[in-house]
Amino acid sequence: MESETKPTFSKSTGLPRKRFYRARAHSNPLSDSHFPIPISPSHLDFSLHFPKFFGANNEEVSKKAEFADIGCGFGGLLISLATLFPDTLMIGMELRDKVTEYVKERILALRKSSSGGQYEKVSVVRTNSMKYIPNYFEKGQLSKMFFLFPDPHFKEKNHRRRVISVDLLDEYAYVLRAGGIIYTITDVEELGEWMRSCLEKHPMFESLTQDELDSDPVVELLCSATEEGQKVARNGGQTFRAVFRRIAYVS
Amino acid sequence: MDIEGGERQTKHEVAPALISVHPFQKSVAITVGSALRVFDLIENRPVSLVDESDGPSHKDSIRAIRYGSSGKLFASAGDDKLVKIWSADSWHCLNTISSEKRVTAVAISSDDSYVCYADKFGVVWVVDLDGINEGKVLPSKKGVQLLCHYCSIITSLEFSPDGRYILSSDRDFKIRVTVFPKKSLQGAHEIQSFCLGHTEFVTCITFVQNPEFAQGYLMSGSGDSSVRLWDITTGSLLDTCDVSPTVKHLESNESEPTQVTVTDICALPNSSLAAVSIQRQVCFVLACIRFQGIVLLHCDLSAHTLSITKVIKIPGGSFIPTSISFSTSTRLLWMVSGASNGSNHPGYTRVRLISRIEAEPSSVLEDEQVPGGTTLLEHLQGKVSIEESVMSAAAEAVRAAMCSLMVKKQYSEENREFRKNNRNDKKPTQ
Ligand SMILES: C[S@@+](CC[C@H](N)C(=O)[O-])C[C@H]1O[C@@H](n2cnc3c(N)ncnc32)[C@H](O)[C@@H]1O
Repeated sequence: MESETKPTFSKSTGLPRKRFYRARAHSNPLSDSHFPIPISPSHLDFSLHFPKFFGANNEEVSKKAEFADIGCGFGGLLISLATLFPDTLMIGMELRDKVTEYVKERILALRKSSSGGQYEKVSVVRTNSMKYIPNYFEKGQLSKMFFLFPDPHFKEKNHRRRVISVDLLDEYAYVLRAGGIIYTITDVEELGEWMRSCLEKHPMFESLTQDELDSDPVVELLCSATEEGQKVARNGGQTFRAVFRRIAYVS
Repeated sequence: MDIEGGERQTKHEVAPALISVHPFQKSVAITVGSALRVFDLIENRPVSLVDESDGPSHKDSIRAIRYGSSGKLFASAGDDKLVKIWSADSWHCLNTISSEKRVTAVAISSDDSYVCYADKFGVVWVVDLDGINEGKVLPSKKGVQLLCHYCSIITSLEFSPDGRYILSSDRDFKIRVTVFPKKSLQGAHEIQSFCLGHTEFVTCITFVQNPEFAQGYLMSGSGDSSVRLWDITTGSLLDTCDVSPTVKHLESNESEPTQVTVTDICALPNSSLAAVSIQRQVCFVLACIRFQGIVLLHCDLSAHTLSITKVIKIPGGSFIPTSISFSTSTRLLWMVSGASNGSNHPGYTRVRLISRIEAEPSSVLEDEQVPGGTTLLEHLQGKVSIEESVMSAAAEAVRAAMCSLMVKKQYSEENREFRKNNRNDKKPTQ
C-alpha cells in the first residue's frame, strides 16, 4: 500500500485528502448501528490500534487509553494531543464511516512520516458513543474526555440526540476517574448553555476555577486544534466553553 | 416505524402470558392481554380486584407483574402506560401511576417504599410509595426520572437483595448496575458496573443468594441462548452456560433451525439452610423458547460455576412456558403458557405446576393435583380445559413475540449484507 500512488492522498504531504472522505453532514446517532462493537472493553483489540505497544513481548500491555475525543471529526485534536502527551494512549470516537477512515489514514501516514513515534499512541474507532461508551472503557479508565463542537440539534424534540445530557453524563462519570476532566466547547451559544447546565446539574461534576483553566495546557487547544474550531476562528465566531472535573462521590 | 425512540409499532404485537406467585404462596396472579386474574390460595377462591384509585383500569396488554418481596404489594404495568399498585392482601388498587410511554418492566424495593418502572424509551422512573403500607389509597402520582438507557428497550428491572442497587437489562445486550440512592427522587447517577458479555438482547435477570452470599450474585438469560453468572460489584462475568445443545438435543422437530432464547429465569433458594453440604448450591429454572419444558441449572456460588442439572419435559401437547414463578414455601414451580393478540381478544392460558423439582423424578402435576383444583384453573386459564389448538396458537404467537427483538436486528443485518454485496462503487481491479 503505497500512499503516493493513491489518488485520495496528497502528493505533496502524503496525508489523506479530506475531500475524498466527506460524508453526510449529520448522522443520526439514534438509529441502529451496523459496525462491530466490542462485547466489553476487554474485547477491544489494542494490538490493532497501537501495534507498537501491544505487539509481542511488550511490557506496556497493561496500559489503557486515558483520553477519549468523542465525535472527533477529522482528528485534529488527537494529533495535537499526541505530541503534548507522548506517553498517553488516546482514542477518538466517530460515528461517520468515511470520516473515521480519514482519521485512520491520517494517523497511519503520520506514523510513517514521523520518526519519533509520537503518533503510535493515538487511534480512532467508528462507533456511536451515545450507545456504546461502556463497551470501550472500563470504570475510571479515562482521565480526560473531549466534546468539541458537537452537533447542536437545535429542535427541542431532538435535544435527546445531544451528546451531552444529564443521563449520558452518568456514563461519562463512570468511565472517568475521580479528578478526571471533561472538556466541552461550541460556537452555538444555546448548546453551550445546555452543556454547562447539564454539568452543573450533575452531582458528580464540578466546574474548574479560572486559575485551573489558565494553568491547563489543554484548554487553549479546544478552540484551535480541531477542524471545526479552526473554521469558527477563521470566521471570527464566539465560542462557549465548559470544563468540569469528575469528583469523588457517594450516593 | 420510529426506531429513534425505541418505540415500535406494537399495536398488534402479541403479549405473552405472565405468572407470579406470592412469596409465601398466599395467592397467584396471571395476566394475559389486559386481563389480570388473581386466585387466593388460602381461601381457595378467585379474587375480585377492587380499584379505588382514581385511575383507569388496564386497557391494553400487561407486560410486567410482580409481588414485592415482603408480599404486601403487587404491581402490574404495560402497554396502556399505566402502573398499578395493589394491596396483595385486600386486592384494592392503592395507586395508579400514569407513564408517558408504554411500560416494559417494574420493580418494588424490598422495603415497599419505592416502585420503579421502565418505559419504551429506556427511561427508568421512580415513585415514592410513602404511606402505602397502611393500605391507604394514595393520590395518583407521577414518576420521577431515575436513570436512562440511551434509547434501548429495558427488558427487566430488579433491586439487589440488599437494596443497594437497581439493575436494568436491555435489548442492547447490557445490564447496568446503578447505586440506588437515598434521595432517589434526584436520580440515580452513580453507576456501579456494567455486566457485559451477552451477545444478544438480555431477557431476564434474577439474584441468587444463600446465607453465605447474602448480597447475592446475578444471573441473566438472553437471546444468545446462554445463562450467565455475574459479580455485580465489578461487573465481572463469572460463568456462562449455553443451554442450546441441551435444548436442541431434545427438540423433536430437527428440520427447523432453532434459535434458543432463554425467556424466563427464577431462583430456587435452598430449602434446607441447615444442610451445610448443599448450602452453596442454588438451582435455577429457566424456560426456553420453542422448548416444551424447563431446564434446571445448578449454580455453585463458591466455585462460581453454572451447570445443567436436568431437563424437565412437560407431557401433553404443546406447552411452552412463557413465564415461570417459584414458591419458596411450597417448593412448587408455577408455569403459564399463553398469549393475547390485541386487547379485546379473550385470552386463554394454560397453567401447569411442577412439584419436587430438585428430586428425581420431578412431577408435573395433573390438573386435579393443582392447589385450588379446577376452581383455580377455571379462573386463571379462562376455562377448565384448554384445547390443543388454542395452545399451539399461543405457542406460535409467543414465539413471534419473543423473537421480535432479535428478528428486527437480523433483518437489518441481512439488509446490510445485501446492500454491501450489491454496491457498485467498488473499484474494478486492474
Ligand atoms: C461538528 S463535528 C465536530 C468534530 C470535531 N470534534 C471538531 O471539533 O472538528 C461533530 C462530530 O461528531 C460526530 N458524532 C455525532 N454524533 C456522534 C456519536 N453519537 N458518536 C460518535 N460521533 C458522533 C459527527 O459525525 C461529527 O463528525
